[in-house]
Amino acid sequence: MVLNVIVIVGAGEAGGRAAVALRAAGFAGRIVLVGEEAHAPYERPPLSKAAITDPATPAPVIIGDGGRLTELGVEQMAAAALAIDRSARRVELADGRRLGYDALVLATGARARALTLPGAELALTLRSFEDALRLREAIHAASRVLVVGGGFIGLELAASARTLRREVTVLEADTRLLRRSTPEPLAAALEARHAAEGVEIVKGVRLERIEATAGGVVLHTDAGAYEADAVVAGIGAAPRVELAQAAGLQVDNGIVVDGALRTGDPAIYAIGDCANFPHPLFGGRRLRLEAWRNAFDQGAHVAKALLGETEPFAALPWFWSDQYDIMLQMVGLAEAGVSVTRRDLGGGAQMLFHLDAQGRLVAAGALGAIEKTAREIKLAERLIVRGAAPTPAALADPMTNLKKLL
Amino acid sequence: MAQWIDVCAKDDIEAEDVMRFDHEGRTFAVFRSPGDEFFATDGLCTHEKVHLAGGLVMDEIIECPKHNGRFNYKTGAAKGAPVCVDLKTYRAKLEGDRVLIEI
Repeated sequence: MVLNVIVIVGAGEAGGRAAVALRAAGFAGRIVLVGEEAHAPYERPPLSKAAITDPATPAPVIIGDGGRLTELGVEQMAAAALAIDRSARRVELADGRRLGYDALVLATGARARALTLPGAELALTLRSFEDALRLREAIHAASRVLVVGGGFIGLELAASARTLRREVTVLEADTRLLRRSTPEPLAAALEARHAAEGVEIVKGVRLERIEATAGGVVLHTDAGAYEADAVVAGIGAAPRVELAQAAGLQVDNGIVVDGALRTGDPAIYAIGDCANFPHPLFGGRRLRLEAWRNAFDQGAHVAKALLGETEPFAALPWFWSDQYDIMLQMVGLAEAGVSVTRRDLGGGAQMLFHLDAQGRLVAAGALGAIEKTAREIKLAERLIVRGAAPTPAALADPMTNLKKLL
Repeated sequence: MAQWIDVCAKDDIEAEDVMRFDHEGRTFAVFRSPGDEFFATDGLCTHEKVHLAGGLVMDEIIECPKHNGRFNYKTGAAKGAPVCVDLKTYRAKLEGDRVLIEI
């Protein structure tokens, strides 16, 4: 394939990182980065935390300290992509422009799921920097805040609002928090921390409708009515696949790609939150990850794949969440494990190790102060990548340095 | 004017590890290499201002606790995205059993 022009649709972490990585790998051709937002690619993790709590009005944290993409000669276009003409290898933009490509990278991300109940439009959601500004304003003006959804976004926003001394109630439909992402003991410990901070958490609740009141909103549920000044929904995200689907690419919980992050069309790749990819360390199990680290890693990998690298994408899933002064981190794939070993890290911090049927470490999670947990998670990541099978006794013993198990 | 400051005893830092050191409102990371040499850098990662002492030392690399930003702690060199700004380094030495850094 002659590669003169690479078009990247989606200017978030994955798309921005892919552009930088292409230049770093020596690609000298034309790179066009198409994004719907008015900003250069920026980091989304601060949007639920510092962007809400910082005393000063926040600005987007641009990837690579700003100006970098321009320096690297990456053309940035602020426009929505409407359609892909695969036979002509052309992307059509909302402003009428047509962009020819030799290779196309879809990094279209995900959108926040909206509630589906009467009055849903009264609930704020969080995805973009502008969403964060709206939320910031609403939370700063409020004395009572309702958070619908006890996942990462909901709990981070609850912690941010609580840090600002707002009264906070979290409403979760499930009977426990963070079911999709986090093992029960860590979710329970995090819930206890929220309770200790004064956050009210209501689980197993069914929402009925939201109504506007004179000064705010009231949320009716099967567990009673909750009044507040602001309500925010953090109930997950849906991959943005419409462009790929309309172009006839395979879509199944995301845009389906192979180990090289390539779709069924050899000229089109997909990365980040929108991509459904097979993971070689977990028997080719298909994953779609909504995480900063995955977007970063896949952006870097697709650049190499475009330039001829044939190694499949194999970076481990890795999530983190900052709430109050503690950090939750998960690495690997907990559902590939059959047994769990716990280690006490001291100072209220703990760690879980997940082993598969052969005794190999496949995932680890930690909750606590970053000084207690970060290094252990990084070592666990290395152990997982090596396929190590440490004994449960060694893993449970805080006196055993994980580095010695490498 | 730069001066040598006493940090800790040699064995307060394990080989291939790092320790936090605070002095007069400034914070540093002091390293002991696998070869038992000592090094010092600014304490905070140049990316998100997290203290590097919570990070992982592997050979001559410190990996920031927050993301996967890596620096060579001997030279301060940033080893690629997401970190692009080098760390400031300081001279360090061993005098008898004591570790000193020049700041």
